[in-house]
Amino acid sequence: MIELMENDITKELQTRVLAAIQSGTRLEIRGSGSKRFLGRTLCGEPLIVTHHAGIVNYQPKELVITARCGTRLSTIETALAEQGQMLPFEPPHFGPGATIGGTIACGLSGPARPYAGSARDLVLGTRVLTGLGQVLRFGGEVMKNVAGYDLSRLMAGAYGTLGLLLDVSLKVMPRPAAQRTLAQEQSQPEAIRLMNAWAGTALPITATCHDGNRLFVRLAGAETAVDQAAQSIGGETVRHQEALWRGQIREQGHDFFAAGAPLWRLSIPSAAPPLDLPGIQLIEWGGALRWYRGELQSQTIRKAASEAGGHATLFRGGDRSAEIFHPLAPPLMAVHRRLKQAFDPNGLFNPGRLFAEL
Amino acid sequence: MWSALRATFIVNASWVCTASQPKYTGARPPESKKMSQIRAQQRSFHDPALVAPRANLVRELRRFLPADSVLEQEEELHPYECDGLTAYRQLPLLVVLPRTLGEVQRIMRLCNDRDVPVVARGAGTGLSGGALPHPEGVVLNLARFNRILDIDQAGRTARVQPGVRNLAISEAAAPFGLYYAPDPSSQIACSIGGNVAENSGGVHCLKYGLTVHNVMALKLMTADGDLLEIGGQTLDSPGYDLLALLVGSEGMLGVVVEVTVRLLPVPEQARVVLAAYDDVEKAGQAVGDIIAAGIIPAGLEMMDGPAIAAAEDFVHAGYPTDAAAILLCEVDGTEREVTEHIARVRELLLTSGATEVRTARDDMERMRFWQGRKSAFPALGRISPDYYCMDGTIPRRRLPQVLRRISELSEEYGLPVANVFHAGDGNMHPLICYDANKPGELEKTEELGGKILELCVEVGGTITGEHGVGIEKIPQMCVQFGKNELEQFMRVKRAFDPKELLNPGKGVPTPRRCSEYRQLPSHRHDRQ
Repeated sequence: MIELMENDITKELQTRVLAAIQSGTRLEIRGSGSKRFLGRTLCGEPLIVTHHAGIVNYQPKELVITARCGTRLSTIETALAEQGQMLPFEPPHFGPGATIGGTIACGLSGPARPYAGSARDLVLGTRVLTGLGQVLRFGGEVMKNVAGYDLSRLMAGAYGTLGLLLDVSLKVMPRPAAQRTLAQEQSQPEAIRLMNAWAGTALPITATCHDGNRLFVRLAGAETAVDQAAQSIGGETVRHQEALWRGQIREQGHDFFAAGAPLWRLSIPSAAPPLDLPGIQLIEWGGALRWYRGELQSQTIRKAASEAGGHATLFRGGDRSAEIFHPLAPPLMAVHRRLKQAFDPNGLFNPGRLFAEL
Repeated sequence: MWSALRATFIVNASWVCTASQPKYTGARPPESKKMSQIRAQQRSFHDPALVAPRANLVRELRRFLPADSVLEQEEELHPYECDGLTAYRQLPLLVVLPRTLGEVQRIMRLCNDRDVPVVARGAGTGLSGGALPHPEGVVLNLARFNRILDIDQAGRTARVQPGVRNLAISEAAAPFGLYYAPDPSSQIACSIGGNVAENSGGVHCLKYGLTVHNVMALKLMTADGDLLEIGGQTLDSPGYDLLALLVGSEGMLGVVVEVTVRLLPVPEQARVVLAAYDDVEKAGQAVGDIIAAGIIPAGLEMMDGPAIAAAEDFVHAGYPTDAAAILLCEVDGTEREVTEHIARVRELLLTSGATEVRTARDDMERMRFWQGRKSAFPALGRISPDYYCMDGTIPRRRLPQVLRRISELSEEYGLPVANVFHAGDGNMHPLICYDANKPGELEKTEELGGKILELCVEVGGTITGEHGVGIEKIPQMCVQFGKNELEQFMRVKRAFDPKELLNPGKGVPTPRRCSEYRQLPSHRHDRQ
């Protein structure tokens, strides 16, 4: 308990932010740095938050955990596993020191996303240090809460540009009793068709992926349900399923991700046909997420994503000083600027990380 | 098939929490006996200061709206004077019923130019007065936006206009084996636009989420008439998560003019177990035990003795009327999964000290079990002249403490309280029984209700789980949030609506309002 109190450096962080307001210093909010490669090139003085750490409250029976931003994701996962629970959105770590603050700020979700919800879906509450130097609490530790605007979920995926996440409360879920992964040879169009057809049935699917040759499906739930679904889906059982979903897909250890060309992430409607781009695509999320590696011009890739009804992000590599995220329509960008202004009028936090204008 | 069944059993249930209240008939509402904490003084429709602005605005609106799209006569406006929270009434300046996006845009631009408040309205079933008119403002009725624009079977989404009823989406999706998951008790009548505004829940949220988890895209008309497209048929979007911000924003940031929702496959099977307890605390414990065992039920509801008695008397659901509490636990999924989970749930309920555990034998009995729960509000309306429905959420482990305190308060105020509870996610609906015709009783009820909400905050919960703040819970917002949080809400509001014309006076209190509330004798006493 004493340790928990010592690791609360809210005051210290607030002092730093107030000083930055005075001096007009811009700040780069930094945890372990595991996700520093995401977004646009960072500038600003580092504001290290890893010492603001610790699980503040964990109530397994209430399906809720609250932790300080600097708490390691691995610490949280271990605590949950001890109670037979997990973070249902399976966030990628991208490094051993990954923190929960960075995880929520970047808003990334893993293979279970379409079936169990996203990082923001699971956010219940946050304590935020804003660009005005105020410590504000939004949401809470309960499942249903509609008092005031939902500013906690707004923080998910904002890349720290609206404020520093001090604590986050998340909904957690039980680990499934049984889990099995099946693999079958399929072409890309057929894989997309199958993933969408399955999603329209009551099958207990919790992850899907097509790596160019093979279609992988993870089933999870009660033992009997998994057995029954496995029979109806067919294919061979993958022996090291944890290595596949966690190592290769979620943490991007798969050979597909190893090549040197820039890595693009295209988020499009799940049933859209394979994108007309040269080279291979790795498909996840029941068809809704398409990874692409290639040296094509960003305009070409963005155009392909837009035409399919979605958007493209330059995930790794390429020119990080150019636009990384899909450009917003002007009226939408205007709202973004005013929101940024509402939280961080001096533009202290992570300037330009999301968009050059923010 | 299953969703059709799920749908039919609520057809007879009344969805308006305060449905039992006498319908307002006279030209003026009954005079309030004591100043309400919530209500501002009503402003007369015939206030001389309103006559000219009304006439001017009508003239300008009629330049681009057909005759039947502008209502300005007092008798035409009465249906709009309140929503599901009927204790609070106010006639608007006028009502507009546009048919096209172009019309909505011109209305918004005109009102923005003339500094006229705009209150958007769906089906008017809201329970927090979110659609209560503003005396100097326009009610923007979206009832004519009632078309389902597209159902994408392969992508499992539905694109609909805001006036489409919640249940109509599931009905339209049923031929494809799909449905829209959030199911507020009002789903037969409430509109999807209103669901988005309130972030509505229902009895299946624990497993399937709230509205915010099931909306993929919105088209939003801003206060100054810009059309924003937010989200898409994708699982995420670039930039800030505006969907999360807009869902539940109670019509204060913009007007939702189109909604894309995700559809889910209808589960193969659903079964329900009813467990009776001689002690509410044990029932609360059992809820935690089920979840700790790794089972997430599709629905997990609790009712206390008075609620059981009222419901049983009304719909004869077969509830054990001698029980102190019952739990209804619904499990859904594939047939085998359900069989496995039902066996486990039964075992857990028996171990937790249930005096009786019954599994519905068939869909008929399952529907009967649910009908009792879903009719709890109108059932209470039969035995009490009026009732007032609260909507707080608490951490579940605090349930015994909260129920004990509610019963003490109930005694203190001399007003009976029945409890209906979305036990799985800690969302309570205490129903306060009162008689509006007894002088001062409504005000006493409001005060008791306020104390219950403040109790929810005290134990780490919130003043509203799914009904919204509206006009009703404005005072308790001052308890749940500090000055800085409320100011931040206002900054966000102004980022969308700089002139503060959208649904003014709702959702977020002004600092002045809060300091006045904190000065109230009853509240000061509380804080000592």
